[in-house]
Amino acid sequence: MGLAVLVVILVVAGAVSLAVGARALSPAEVWHGLFAAPESDQRLTEIRLIVRTVRVPRTVLAVVAGIALGVGGALIQGYTRNPIADTGLLGVNAGASFAVVSAITLFGLTNPFQYVWFAFLGAAVAGVVVFGLSSLGRGAGNPLTLALAGQGVAVFLAAMTTAIALTDQAALNALRFWNAGSVAGVGFGVIWPVTAFVAVGLVLALITLPAVNLLNLGEDVARGLGVNIALSRTVGIVAITLLAGAATAACGPIAFLGLMVAHVARYLTGPDYRWLVPYAGLLGAIVLLVCDIVGRLVVRPGELDAGVVVALLGAPFFAALVWLGKFKNA
Amino acid sequence: MSAEAKSSVLPGLRLGRVSFVWRPWIAGVTLLLAAVTFLLFCLSIGIGDFPIGLPQVIATIFGHGEPVDEFVIMDLRLPRALAGLVVGIALGVSGAITQSVARNPLSSPDVLGITSGAGAVAVFLVTVSGGTATAIVDSVGLSAAALGGGLGTGLLVYFLAWRRGIDGFRLILIGISVTAVMEAITTWLLATADIRDVARAQAWLVGSLDDRGWDEVRTALWCTLALLAVVTCVAFQFRPLHFGDEVAAGLGVRYTRVRAVMLLCAVLLAGAAVSAAGPVPFVALVAPQVAMRLARCPTPPLAASGLVGALLLIGADLVARTALPVSLPVGVVTAAIGGPFLVHLLVRANAR
Repeated sequence: MGLAVLVVILVVAGAVSLAVGARALSPAEVWHGLFAAPESDQRLTEIRLIVRTVRVPRTVLAVVAGIALGVGGALIQGYTRNPIADTGLLGVNAGASFAVVSAITLFGLTNPFQYVWFAFLGAAVAGVVVFGLSSLGRGAGNPLTLALAGQGVAVFLAAMTTAIALTDQAALNALRFWNAGSVAGVGFGVIWPVTAFVAVGLVLALITLPAVNLLNLGEDVARGLGVNIALSRTVGIVAITLLAGAATAACGPIAFLGLMVAHVARYLTGPDYRWLVPYAGLLGAIVLLVCDIVGRLVVRPGELDAGVVVALLGAPFFAALVWLGKFKNA
Repeated sequence: MSAEAKSSVLPGLRLGRVSFVWRPWIAGVTLLLAAVTFLLFCLSIGIGDFPIGLPQVIATIFGHGEPVDEFVIMDLRLPRALAGLVVGIALGVSGAITQSVARNPLSSPDVLGITSGAGAVAVFLVTVSGGTATAIVDSVGLSAAALGGGLGTGLLVYFLAWRRGIDGFRLILIGISVTAVMEAITTWLLATADIRDVARAQAWLVGSLDDRGWDEVRTALWCTLALLAVVTCVAFQFRPLHFGDEVAAGLGVRYTRVRAVMLLCAVLLAGAAVSAAGPVPFVALVAPQVAMRLARCPTPPLAASGLVGALLLIGADLVARTALPVSLPVGVVTAAIGGPFLVHLLVRANAR
């Protein structure tokens, strides 16, 4: 029931997102742009171009990345059993930023389209390294070890990123835009592969949900109930890395979103991850889409990046909910 | 863990109203850390374009040095080394308090808003070079203005989180929210500013010990000493909080007040650190975790955390000054050393 409401909200937000922007379009014009055949009329051709090459890609990306970050945020809180865990915790954001900056310095890249694959590679490698480090030895996969190892690696990579950025002005220039986190300006050439990675991540995430529930009862209980802890944890971390890595590669680091929607989803559904995770995904998509729309409206004719709006709008709202005592220390 | 088990049967020490449980391992580690910190402190003073031997450095600090050494050390090198020491201790203790109150090892004073607030104000002042901004920088200086912003943000977090007392979980979530807002503002300012200003702002954001004179150090030093005195007095009532509010109340601790005082000290200590070195990242997060593992404590030990922080910062500054081909701010080196060291400790603990 609640899920249906969220889907309706998401569809409405998507429709608004197609119509709103530097050039406002009426619903009829959007419809025309989406479905009409090419014509000779100059104005209609222009609308078609705007809708198909600008509005549709960024709307799709906002939905895909929002779902990925929301689900990823809920999962990482489930696996680390830490309520302040965020998708950046696995070093994914730091790895992506580091890869982007290194690629610019080493290969002289200038076009953001070229960053994407480096960013994804960096995110994936960082995630694998963190998970590998936390799985060495007997205390394998201890949630606290995982979280701290992630922090350690992220700290190191961030330092390297800063060191490069301070010595290479071109890298610093690219980094400051990359860091803002935006869903605009990416074509379908990037969006399809990203969506494919997110889809794989989502399937893996859904498979592990029952195990996450049991893991949150404590490892001994989970083991007693027949959960293969190492396996489910590995699958879960792979899923989070795919989700967060793909979203970060396409949009840049969007902080706070995953953490925020995971808490709101927990408030709405209770602690059952089989419900919590789908809610978090839809909430993530809605929040990112709405923030992107707001970002297009507030500083017209310029734009505010979605990642910045997420923090500026979402954080006060989230803080108010915290103050009202809506969230429990999960 | 064996040290824990033994300590419960070891006798206490009592001096008037003050009593300790004698834990040899923790005391030994803390003393060793203090000795190593002092040694590194003196080494860092001795090493430079005009090298001075370790004995001369120690003699000069205690007032029995040659006039030449005295000038180089007292006027040129001591302020910087002292800044490293003070900032490291302040950040380490501040981090230990925050992680204890929040009972969450991922929290650090960065979450309390000081760092992000100071960063946002500094970046604003650097990038928006208008009439008022320039006037503010000219009259009080960038660091002081940023410190004002940081303390303002810290107090904002503190009061927003106050609802019939301070609760660790609520504080941390509010802090994360406020930090997210401040970082978003910083990011946006950086993305819209002139690239030359961005480089200057970025350098400030990392934190640095370059060109620290007595003026910057003196204030931070006295503030830190005063705050450490308060922390030491309250620390005796702070320990029972680890067992939970009910147990603490049962032991006669006014837990709301103790927690509030300790957190305020953590905020102000982080502020003192920012005033001397800018927002040096990660020391406050890493130092308590490293200290916990060295001292084999279940919770972050205050004194050892401060010493590890100082060790990290002085060591990183030494590396940054002497070993690296390019000049990098100490914050970068701190993170580059601290991160892997934390991972190393984790991996070693896992293997055991």
